[in-house]
Amino acid sequence: MPNVQSLRCKECGRDFPQEPIYVCDFCFGPLEVNYDYDAIVKNISRESIQDGPLTIWRYDELLPASRDNAVNIGAGMTPLLRADNLGKELGLNNLWIKNDAANPTHSFKDRVVSVASTKAVEFDFDTIACASTGNLAGATAAHGSKAGMNTMVFIPANLERGKVLGAAVFGSVVLVNGNYDDVNRLCSELGDDRRWAFVNINMRPYYSEGSKSIGYEIAEQLGWRAPEHVIVPVASGSLFTKVYKGLNEFAQLGIIDSANTKMHIAQPFGCSPVATAFVEGQSHPKPVVPDTIAKSLAIGSPADGYYSVGIANKTGGSGTVVPENEIAEGMKLLAETEGIFTETAGGVVISTLHRLAREGMIGPDEETVALITGTGLKTLEAIEMAVETRTIEPTIRSFDEVVMGAALQ
Amino acid sequence: MPFRRVKFTMNTELIQSPVIYELGHKFEIVTNIRRAEIDADSGWVILELEGALDEIERGLTWVTEQGCDVSSLEGDILAG
Ligand SMILES: Cc1ncc(COP(=O)(O)O)c(C=O)c1O
Ligand SMILES: [Zn+2]
Repeated sequence: MPNVQSLRCKECGRDFPQEPIYVCDFCFGPLEVNYDYDAIVKNISRESIQDGPLTIWRYDELLPASRDNAVNIGAGMTPLLRADNLGKELGLNNLWIKNDAANPTHSFKDRVVSVASTKAVEFDFDTIACASTGNLAGATAAHGSKAGMNTMVFIPANLERGKVLGAAVFGSVVLVNGNYDDVNRLCSELGDDRRWAFVNINMRPYYSEGSKSIGYEIAEQLGWRAPEHVIVPVASGSLFTKVYKGLNEFAQLGIIDSANTKMHIAQPFGCSPVATAFVEGQSHPKPVVPDTIAKSLAIGSPADGYYSVGIANKTGGSGTVVPENEIAEGMKLLAETEGIFTETAGGVVISTLHRLAREGMIGPDEETVALITGTGLKTLEAIEMAVETRTIEPTIRSFDEVVMGAALQ
Repeated sequence: MPFRRVKFTMNTELIQSPVIYELGHKFEIVTNIRRAEIDADSGWVILELEGALDEIERGLTWVTEQGCDVSSLEGDILAG
């Protein structure tokens, strides 16, 4: 049940009707969904949530679209796994991995697009669109198919083959000749020019609400409490701000007792405007030209960067810039300890966790959740240099020599 | 008349020069500042530009050449 009262400007607080709009006409601040919490608190309980479907739509009281119309391919309710092996490695005794690679198109973007596409249907759009270098492309293409909408997924033409095909299989990919800036500009112009539901432009206020569900799930899966730390990979900062919002809404509604979670920003060296602003004590991230192997985090001009820095400061969190050569190490460490193969964004998170543990920012017994937001299979090239394989002749002797011999040494 | 909403981000040197004033004089563009935050060593301005589309395009190219970062209000759209 949508309990939405208005869209509210995050800067001046003016209210706007629920429409496909995203900036305030008065001050140009971003718009955010504003709920009627008095109505929600009467309807929501731990039990009502547990009776719901095993998807993000179990939290539909706190989402801006109705469960009845949901464009649903099964986003959400991904595993929260105890990570004792990794914890031992890092000196953390109370560590969890939220594995969002287990979503239908293998990243957390299924959450946001499930909400955006449902809203697009409610608004009567016939076309849904996005511009992406990977995860958002797959999620939008898949949900567009499920919704039976015209779908326009814009991808830079020089993207790796695997990513292009992974989205193109859904039948809606447009390859654009040009660099990232060209694609950005084209899509900004198309956003102004066409009556389309652009998931991260005019649908953005609704789209981004989908990420709150990670916060809700973490609290529910921990047994209805908020952790002491969450580490989040940051691109635009939308996920970061919404995990925080989700935990705080639960506390405000009395579903959990309190939310005092420290929010930690994880970014790669080659694109770290938000983490750098935090480290340097600035409130507004300065735009950068991205150059990182963590392509899913390559947003040089982050829409929610300012708000993310504010939340990291307010909660006693942090901002970490991960050296590029530690990204693959993080991916390998997670794979070897916990059996989870994550993409580069996950490598950035694990390396951030490593640093925070080493520096004492996270105490050994403090409950910590690291967000793994996508699968390693989409970014195989990133670990090509970091993994070793052994080749043998098809004989026991060769096996004993090469494999067992090495093991004995 | 078409208009565009853009965000300029400026560094120390640029803050001291009248980029927006010059944009409105070198090109047939009406500039209207809507929101801004400027401190000692950097700043950003959100403004509305009104003019012919190709004139705006030329103006923005010039601003970029001056070393000013120009982005859309929604930030980068191309996502991971
Ligand atoms: C795997 C992965 N993790 C994290 C992010 C960060 O998303 P946001 O733009 O919400 O900060 C992205 C965004 O593209 C992503 O693909
Ligand atoms: Zn406003």
